[in-house]
Amino acid sequence: MLAEILNLRKFIIPIALVALCVIGGLTYCDLNVHFEPFFSDMLRVDNFSTSFSLLLIVIAILLIALSYDFYDTQKAKISDYISIIIFTLCGALALVSFSNMTMFFIGLEVMSISFYILAGTNKREVRSNEAAMKYFLMGSFASGILLMGITLIYGASGSFNLATISVYATGQNPDITFYIGIILVLVALLFKVSAVPFHFWAPDVYEGSPMLITALMATLGKVASFAAFYKLFAVCFVDAGSHFKLVIAIVVALTILVGNLSAIRQDSFKRMLAFSGVTNAGFMLFAILLPKENGGSALFFYAVAYALSSIAAFAIAIAVSKFSGSEKFDAFKGLAHKHPVAALLLTFAMLSIAGIPPFAGFFAKYFILSSAIKGGYFWLAVFAIINSVVAFYYYFKVIIMMFSKSENEDSFSPNFVYITVASIAVLITIVAGFAPGLFFIH
Amino acid sequence: MSLLLITFILPLIASVATFALGNKMAKVLALLFSAATFVLSIGVYLSVAHSETGSLQFTANWIPEMNIHFSLLVDGLSIWLLLLTNFLVPVIILASYQKSFKNEAALYALVLLMQFGLVGVFTAADGFLFYIFWELALLPIYFIVWLWSENPDEQVRTRTAFKFFIYTIAGSLFMLLGFMYLYVKLGSLDLATLYSSSLDSKDQIILFAFFFAAFAIKIPVFPFHTWQADTYRESPTIGTMLLSGIMLKMGIYGLIRWLIPVLPLGTAFWTPYVIALCVIGVIYGAIIAIRQDNLKSLLAYSSLSHVGLIAAGTFVLTNEGFQGASIQMLAHGVNVVGAFFIAEIILQRTGTLSISQLGGIRTVAPKFFTCAVIMVLASVALPLTNGFVGEFLLLFSMFQYNTWLAVLAGTTIVLGAVYMLWMTQRVFLGNVNSRTENFEDLKTTELLVFVVLIACVFIFGVYPKLVFDLLQTASGTILNASLR
Repeated sequence: MLAEILNLRKFIIPIALVALCVIGGLTYCDLNVHFEPFFSDMLRVDNFSTSFSLLLIVIAILLIALSYDFYDTQKAKISDYISIIIFTLCGALALVSFSNMTMFFIGLEVMSISFYILAGTNKREVRSNEAAMKYFLMGSFASGILLMGITLIYGASGSFNLATISVYATGQNPDITFYIGIILVLVALLFKVSAVPFHFWAPDVYEGSPMLITALMATLGKVASFAAFYKLFAVCFVDAGSHFKLVIAIVVALTILVGNLSAIRQDSFKRMLAFSGVTNAGFMLFAILLPKENGGSALFFYAVAYALSSIAAFAIAIAVSKFSGSEKFDAFKGLAHKHPVAALLLTFAMLSIAGIPPFAGFFAKYFILSSAIKGGYFWLAVFAIINSVVAFYYYFKVIIMMFSKSENEDSFSPNFVYITVASIAVLITIVAGFAPGLFFIH
Repeated sequence: MSLLLITFILPLIASVATFALGNKMAKVLALLFSAATFVLSIGVYLSVAHSETGSLQFTANWIPEMNIHFSLLVDGLSIWLLLLTNFLVPVIILASYQKSFKNEAALYALVLLMQFGLVGVFTAADGFLFYIFWELALLPIYFIVWLWSENPDEQVRTRTAFKFFIYTIAGSLFMLLGFMYLYVKLGSLDLATLYSSSLDSKDQIILFAFFFAAFAIKIPVFPFHTWQADTYRESPTIGTMLLSGIMLKMGIYGLIRWLIPVLPLGTAFWTPYVIALCVIGVIYGAIIAIRQDNLKSLLAYSSLSHVGLIAAGTFVLTNEGFQGASIQMLAHGVNVVGAFFIAEIILQRTGTLSISQLGGIRTVAPKFFTCAVIMVLASVALPLTNGFVGEFLLLFSMFQYNTWLAVLAGTTIVLGAVYMLWMTQRVFLGNVNSRTENFEDLKTTELLVFVVLIACVFIFGVYPKLVFDLLQTASGTILNASLR
């Protein structure tokens, strides 16, 4: 806003990036440091929250860098867009460090409302308005359910504080309303992470939103929601949550299956990525199933692998859709010939999400599935692997398109930011593949 | 130790360098780097030969939280496969030297990257590392088979390559499940831990199926072979040579090193069925080969037939079985590369691989005929050639297992001769026709490739002791683990 007033619009993005880098650096220094809880125990900073915060900041940096070219036709409103994206980040950061139900709700709402606004930023496009409307209506509904759940939990346990609720949950005989509250919170969270059967909003919202916002929702939104999910169900509701393991296991199986089957039939790359996000949400849900056995590290590593590979894929996809005006697979035809580097980066990104060594996606799947087997879910892991094989079909669709000959000879010369961001994301993915030890939460 | 590491990492460096330095230098660079890797591997061979334990080991920490170590082991079995890989890659590059491809830098970079993956597979001593290299070796060959295929029909190219990829990776993913289960049960995937594990019999039987899926598809064992003929035919010859010469040995190596000694009870349960499938593959492959008109298809089915015998021999669990399998792996690698080289030369000169349209090449190209006949006789397992030693030992071990199965498998001697000699007669002998009358005789590089391969044929045919000496300790360890 300051920049608007001082007419320094050109500098908004570089200033935002620099500021975020500084914040990221400070966050990194917070690793392995012990903190007292903040704001009368609203926020608790530990290695889990610091690692996730770092990841969220990196995602924001990469995506704001992309908006340098993405919003170049809408320079008038750029300060609004950037500021709302940063609000999203604030909400997300609160979501990974909360230790009080109120803070959880605040973080979730700040993030969600920012997303509702951002989904509709493509004002001239009908589908964007539709996406914003759908997301707002269904999201508010879910928030209402969440609030009801939190209220019931408060009524049963007498406190909003996570530590106190945890003690109550492991004590003798929590009240029946406590369990009802947990179910309602579970439903709301499953909605937010687009797990089956609460995923119906995801494809339409992802498709209607401008692609940069889709990328933001698919990466930032999912990662933050899963971190919150883990904090609640794996740490807080530990013993009470074990009643629902069967339910969550079925949700995992359904999510992976439905996500896969739907993605196969898509013509549009954007929608395919949306459904692939649903499938990956299923994989991350595995980590919720196994709180004690290294679930936190597995979840974090999967988040890193998935988020960064998605950013790389989206970066190239945004560039391609800007040039050709289409989001379908056909737009990628012949890309390998026109711009080999872009094709290579997108190939690496797809291979990483598909789970092929030596990219991080493979290790992520390995950690999650071996933790699942350790937790006793061997046949669920088999099911997940069979679905991974099926998934290769649609992940390779775009790779095959890129390397086949195209009829038109238009050249493809995207702005340097797309290639830069994609390269950085792919580089981190490869580094994570070679040295996964760096990404473990201790 | 550092020699081993340099030999290990050189193909990767070579791959990046070849890709970066552009199309003009690609061929030369690739050849030089792979030749250098071969020379270094000879150094590794000498270290292994002179070491006390008959092996070289290297371990480093990688992901200590998950008990995964970067450990390499080069013993009597791995060293020969390492030598085979590092020997065949320069030979294969030399075989394609005359041919010019589009985007050569990318092609040769992929070949060297595949070499890196193969070297990793043969030397890995930690299950996780083995798996990573197993999958890593698949990516380059998929792209080579797909993007440099000579079939003008894009649909066929894409579909064949993708079928190959999905088939192989489905098997690999089942193996991944097997490894994950072993890791959860045993806490580590180190070879020593795996060889001394004692799992429940029921677990072992299921795990065997999971691991065997990956190896059976890779080798291939009937009925998991349906990807093979199409892929070998549609792939450019450089890809086919890599696939049949080296990659297939990954499957057999996996059987010997990672399946049989790790799951002895599972092996004991499944052996009769597996051997039956392998013997069926031997006969099936041979009969289909006889009926083929396309030279590459014929060689693909002949490959299926030969490796069926190798796989059957490994499951007999005797010293002769392992010895036969090992030397036949080396022999088959050399022979099949030679055979596909023959096919490539014929394709380049006459534009066709259809046997019925060829004939009389001997009259116009006598040098080529001589080299080709020697490779054919090696494939037919004539005594004094490398093929004979392996086949004899394998049939002998089959005989120890079950006489009737040995007789059935022994039909390979006759059937192999049938399709190979009949093919030779139709292609090389007889009258010259319009297609073959201008058949140019061998150029220098081609002659060089043949000389090198023929040298191997006779050296290992006459003095196989070279292989068996080093193999002793390794096969001893494996045998002990397999019989516990």
